[in-house]
Amino acid sequence: MPFPPDGSNRRTSCSTRRFLVALIVLLLGLNAGFAADERNPFANDPKAAKAGEYEFRINCALCHGLGAHGGGRGPDLTRAQKKHAHSDAELFQVISNGIPGTVMPANGTNGQGVGMTDEEVWQIITYIRSVEVKAPAKPVGNAAHGKELFYGDANCSLCHMVEGKGGRVGPELTAVGGSRTREAIIDSVRNPSRRLAWGLTEPTKEFPQEYETIMVVTADGKQIKGVALNEDNFSVQIMDTSEQIYSLDKDKLRSFQKTRESMMPQYNSDTLSDKDLDDIVAYLTSVGAK
Amino acid sequence: MTVRERRVRRIIVAVFAVGVACVALRSGAHAQVTFDRLLNAAKEPQNWLTYSGDYNGRRFSPLDQINVATAHGLSAKWVYQTGATGKLETSPLVADGILYATAQDDRAFALDARTGRPIWMFQHQLPGDIRPCCGRVNRGLAILDDKVFLGTLDAHVIALDTKTGNVIWDVVAADYRTGYSFTVAPLAVKNLLVIGVSGGEYGVRGFIDAYDAATGARKWRFYTVPGPGEPGHDTWEGDSWKIGGAPAWNTGTYDPVTNQIFWPTGNPSPSNRGEGRAGDNLYSNSLLALNADSGKMNWYFQFTKHDEHDWDATQVPVMIDSGSKHLIAQANRNGYFYVIDRSTGKLISANAYGKTTWSDGKDSEGRPLAKKEASPTLAGHTVCPGALGTTNFMAPAFNPQTALFYVTARDQCDIFSTAPQPYEAGHAYYGSAYFPSEEAEPYRGFLKAIDPATGEIKWKFEHTSPTWSGVLATAGGLVFTGDAEGNFIALDAVTGKTLWHFQMGGAVYAPPMAFAVDGKEYVAIAAGSALYTFGLP
Repeated sequence: MPFPPDGSNRRTSCSTRRFLVALIVLLLGLNAGFAADERNPFANDPKAAKAGEYEFRINCALCHGLGAHGGGRGPDLTRAQKKHAHSDAELFQVISNGIPGTVMPANGTNGQGVGMTDEEVWQIITYIRSVEVKAPAKPVGNAAHGKELFYGDANCSLCHMVEGKGGRVGPELTAVGGSRTREAIIDSVRNPSRRLAWGLTEPTKEFPQEYETIMVVTADGKQIKGVALNEDNFSVQIMDTSEQIYSLDKDKLRSFQKTRESMMPQYNSDTLSDKDLDDIVAYLTSVGAK
Repeated sequence: MTVRERRVRRIIVAVFAVGVACVALRSGAHAQVTFDRLLNAAKEPQNWLTYSGDYNGRRFSPLDQINVATAHGLSAKWVYQTGATGKLETSPLVADGILYATAQDDRAFALDARTGRPIWMFQHQLPGDIRPCCGRVNRGLAILDDKVFLGTLDAHVIALDTKTGNVIWDVVAADYRTGYSFTVAPLAVKNLLVIGVSGGEYGVRGFIDAYDAATGARKWRFYTVPGPGEPGHDTWEGDSWKIGGAPAWNTGTYDPVTNQIFWPTGNPSPSNRGEGRAGDNLYSNSLLALNADSGKMNWYFQFTKHDEHDWDATQVPVMIDSGSKHLIAQANRNGYFYVIDRSTGKLISANAYGKTTWSDGKDSEGRPLAKKEASPTLAGHTVCPGALGTTNFMAPAFNPQTALFYVTARDQCDIFSTAPQPYEAGHAYYGSAYFPSEEAEPYRGFLKAIDPATGEIKWKFEHTSPTWSGVLATAGGLVFTGDAEGNFIALDAVTGKTLWHFQMGGAVYAPPMAFAVDGKEYVAIAAGSALYTFGLP
């Protein structure tokens, strides 16, 4: 028989396909196994940690700060508990691919630096591990009471949203406890104008918002005060404390004033005790760690 | 009509047809962009034949249909989507109704300049492991005769046929795996194609090449870091010259009277660490005057000696004639505006045009000198301007009618901190880190109009945030620029007042240019992933 009948042919091809599928599944499984086992070739190597420190300065410190303690934009990486990655292999993935929906770029895509080699990424991970605080400081504050204060007497939720509840005028704070140091959060409450949310990219936006305060008088004499949602040389988009959004042409305004004096009231220790503030930070940290 | 009359008429028609054919042929031949046309670019203001529009580097269009009185009527005429992502830094060319431009990942394309409809598209096949330092960018093409020329991210130089985009020749200038690449728009001079290499962040040894435009054969190479036995070699410590950087990644200018090419160079490598390369590090951060035929250097002027702040001097050098004086001016990344005698290379003046803290004195020639304390330290300390510079690659403009130099400027200070790295071929080689001080003022960005005669800033226009856009000046009394918020803006060249703007929906990293088709003026600029063209109704 020069050719097997159609049916037999089909069966053969079907079983071949099944074999191939099984082979691919097996290979994928092996591959996943390798990935999961992917180990840092430089783990605990102090020389690699030093090289990694310099690579970190060049590639990461812009957002994560010198010493990895967190900067204006990036989280404190000296915390053992990290939000997006736990194992070295996961850290490798995060550094290589970035974190979608955040300003964390994939390796080599920030447009300024050069891409790091795998070796350099592993060195950075070795460095991060070397500066991690192994035993985290005992949690300070009562998170449950902090939550009460946040949504109650401290009035935080009038302007800030956490997990879908709260106001919209100020930055959304669900992740802040996971990405900012305790000191940075306390400083933001005690001195809200010291550094506005400098170049902060909100998860729902693709452009940075800095929460400057804008005060305008419109052509018909209406006064509006709010935070800048966005601005260019010709127009400005503002949200006022009643969460009304305005679109205004600058050349049609009677006056336009922008300051880096935050609209957030300055909470001193009379209006918010150190203990209550610790409780609020504990609440934000407990949410941010989720 | 008699037979004879008919015959005569037939002859007349035939003669006329031949005449028409000749005219068509002649205009076909005219589409060749000869060196003579490049030399006399000012005589055909409808075209834009080099990166800066002509050999002077002025980015000045003699067109004046769009002017102070009519600018308010500008509207978008066409938009071309490149399909690329990342920064679009291209400056288009226009020759005889065809627009030629580039986009990321070494795309090149030709469009009907009147309608934006594509005529051809080309993309160079790049290897997967290229390592461009600062985005997969390209700043544009050069044109000569029937070819346009593209430098690629894997360090090829490619000649494409102007009518089809077909590859005529493709030569490899250097090994991309060791960090060499091209992002610059080349410059065609005589029968040569002149191009400077990128790679100052990889410890390359910089060079400027000239290729026979017809064949791709290399005619000369000028190494911007001199080798053993060459003058200037002793300005490098030990073997540091081998990886000394000094790339040449922005387009220079050409003076036909003296047959000199003026080409600027970039930072020494590693860019932010001077240890290991003691000395002035010639010819990094310099302006070079090279003989166009031989590539031999006539003079050099070094702006920043022994640079430790990544202050490439690669800004476009602009030729300005003032009476009997033949000058060349550069708004430098280090924050000073330099005017140099282009016959001798002697400095005439250097004035700060932005926030600078690195220099507190000048040498006997008037060149600003760095304070010792400006060097990066391990703990890090603040220096102005920051690593991005007071200006950078964004093309400036000079308007001979207002005698003002227009440049995009940035006030930003950075903390410079050393981060020693060993050199490894093809690896990033900075030697330092820089980042904004948390306490620093927000960055500020400007368009500044500088009087080159005095260094005085005649007016400045503050952007909402610093921009990477270049500047175009026109005989219509206008200055055009873009901003980081996506606006394309026309300003009065004398007062700096905004006259018109359009929101393009993407940040600008490119310079504007102007051209005309069928007697109608257009201005074009790239923003986001697209090329925009504007005109009057």
